[in-house]
Amino acid sequence: MIAFTDVCVEKNGVAILNGITVHLRERRVGIIGRNGSGKSTFARLFNGIETPTRGTVTLDAVRERGALRRHVGFVFQNPDNQIVYPIVSEDLAFGLKNLKLSASETQARIEEVLERFDLVHLRDRFTHRLSGGEKQMIALAGVLVMRPQMIVLDEPTTLLDLWNKRKFMAAIDGLDQHVVVVSHDLELLAHFDRVLHIEDGTIVADGDAASVVAGYVASSRC
Amino acid sequence: MLSDLYVFADSPLHRARPIVKIASLVVLCSSLFIVEGWASVAVAGILVFAGFALAGLAPRHAFVSLRPAFWILAAIFAVQVYLTDVVFAGFVVARFVVLILAAALVTLTTKTSEFVDGILSALRFAPSWVPKARIALAISLCLRFIPLVRTVLGEVREAQRARGLDRNFKAVLVPLVVRILKTADEVSQAIYSRSFD
Amino acid sequence: MDTRDVVFIALFAAIVAGLAVFPPITLPVVGVPVTAQSLGVMLAGGILGAVRGGLALVLFLVLVAIGLPLLAGGRGGFGVFLGPSGGFLLGWIVAASAIGFLTERFWNHLNFVVALTICLAGGVVLLYAIGVPWVAAVAEIPIGAALTGSLPFIPGDLLKSLVAAGVIVVVKRSYPIISPRTQPQKLS
Repeated sequence: MIAFTDVCVEKNGVAILNGITVHLRERRVGIIGRNGSGKSTFARLFNGIETPTRGTVTLDAVRERGALRRHVGFVFQNPDNQIVYPIVSEDLAFGLKNLKLSASETQARIEEVLERFDLVHLRDRFTHRLSGGEKQMIALAGVLVMRPQMIVLDEPTTLLDLWNKRKFMAAIDGLDQHVVVVSHDLELLAHFDRVLHIEDGTIVADGDAASVVAGYVASSRC
Repeated sequence: MLSDLYVFADSPLHRARPIVKIASLVVLCSSLFIVEGWASVAVAGILVFAGFALAGLAPRHAFVSLRPAFWILAAIFAVQVYLTDVVFAGFVVARFVVLILAAALVTLTTKTSEFVDGILSALRFAPSWVPKARIALAISLCLRFIPLVRTVLGEVREAQRARGLDRNFKAVLVPLVVRILKTADEVSQAIYSRSFD
Repeated sequence: MDTRDVVFIALFAAIVAGLAVFPPITLPVVGVPVTAQSLGVMLAGGILGAVRGGLALVLFLVLVAIGLPLLAGGRGGFGVFLGPSGGFLLGWIVAASAIGFLTERFWNHLNFVVALTICLAGGVVLLYAIGVPWVAAVAEIPIGAALTGSLPFIPGDLLKSLVAAGVIVVVKRSYPIISPRTQPQKLS
């Protein structure tokens, strides 16, 4: 369970998040809200990219930033900013090298993830030559090899076409981990266990997908 | 895009370790300036020629290596003829030709990846204050982002061309730089997320 | 130096490499391609500061040395450093650091004129002060002759300084990276 207790984030004197308190234990959690609502900053608290100005974030009662990073994986909107090595296999090995795993363990984990998502043919390709859909799958694979308990995805399908979006979400649906998705795409969150609606740095609605999404759609009609 | 300036072959020169080749290049170049004269240039020239033959390189490769320096060398030759004489002008230019070809011999017979591996394995023996992991990361990131910078540059030029601004350097460079700086912020978040310290 | 600095260094080295293809102009008489790469040198110093700017150029030149064709016209390899103009290439490191140092020093008063003066001092005067004697030494010609031979490049370098100064000033306003040297200020 990840718990946020009275979390505030301020940047350059501007309040981005205002006293967020929420406990999340559902397997599929969606976060919606308009541009600039603070939802991206909220997502970045999950694994410690952002740290609260006030309040605490705890994962299974552990409060340390290193533990958050170790157990929560993060997938960005633009895979171009997430893939740091020129060759796919090198990129997948990057996180594992940082965890100081042995070469054979690294190799085994990379093979396992590549096979599971049918990406073996990409292993030795140049990352900059991949298509958008392939890049996002590799970005996800680079997080999965590290075997996090929870994966947070910040608008992961915005840059994908319809076909790749379906494929990517199918991959997400099949994950055993807890998944948190920030998205404007309401169809994507339709079957999620719980959805949070964030506006002006606070949670304005929290509940099952159907009711929160309906309220969000209603609030957008002016 | 990153086509190496490398010629595929299997020769003793191709197989030699990069560090050995670089060390030999440094020795050769310094001796050409320390022992100044036609004799040293001739000896070095013969060595480089033998190297090209041994590596199975064609005269075309030598020509391609020298082409970028052609006009500068021609100008230097002309100045030297004017200031001194043809013999000394020939000596100065011949020394450049040997230097450039010796360097080309190293470049043409060593893959970039071998150099990178060489740098990384040399780093293993570096003292602990050297930030080895960061140096390795910087090299990889740069190779990874050169194609991205070219793509962004192309996109920005397209956008500015639509506004008739594509010959205005500043109008192209400001969006390029700002986009790259924003990219850098997210890239460092991504690197942090993947447990790099 | 944290991860963000490493990323800045790598990305600016990539920008200098990317500028090799923009805009492709070749001087008709001397046959030497005039490119925006030395503009990248000024930007690296003026946007990243002395240490990161200098290291960005070190990284770029290491990649050139090991054979990547990153210089304008697809040139690369050790040969370019041993040619007559090798001094100018190594001078890029010093120029970027100097421009970075001066930009940090005058950060609080940085406007177009100050930025232009800094770019001219580091990217033209200092760069030529390294490159010209180098040519003279290795080609065994008098410094005056080497300087005369470099004159055709001056107009292009002046133009690049104007552009770089403009970009540095705009980026200072919209996305500042440098913290001034005079009064230390915490980033983020």
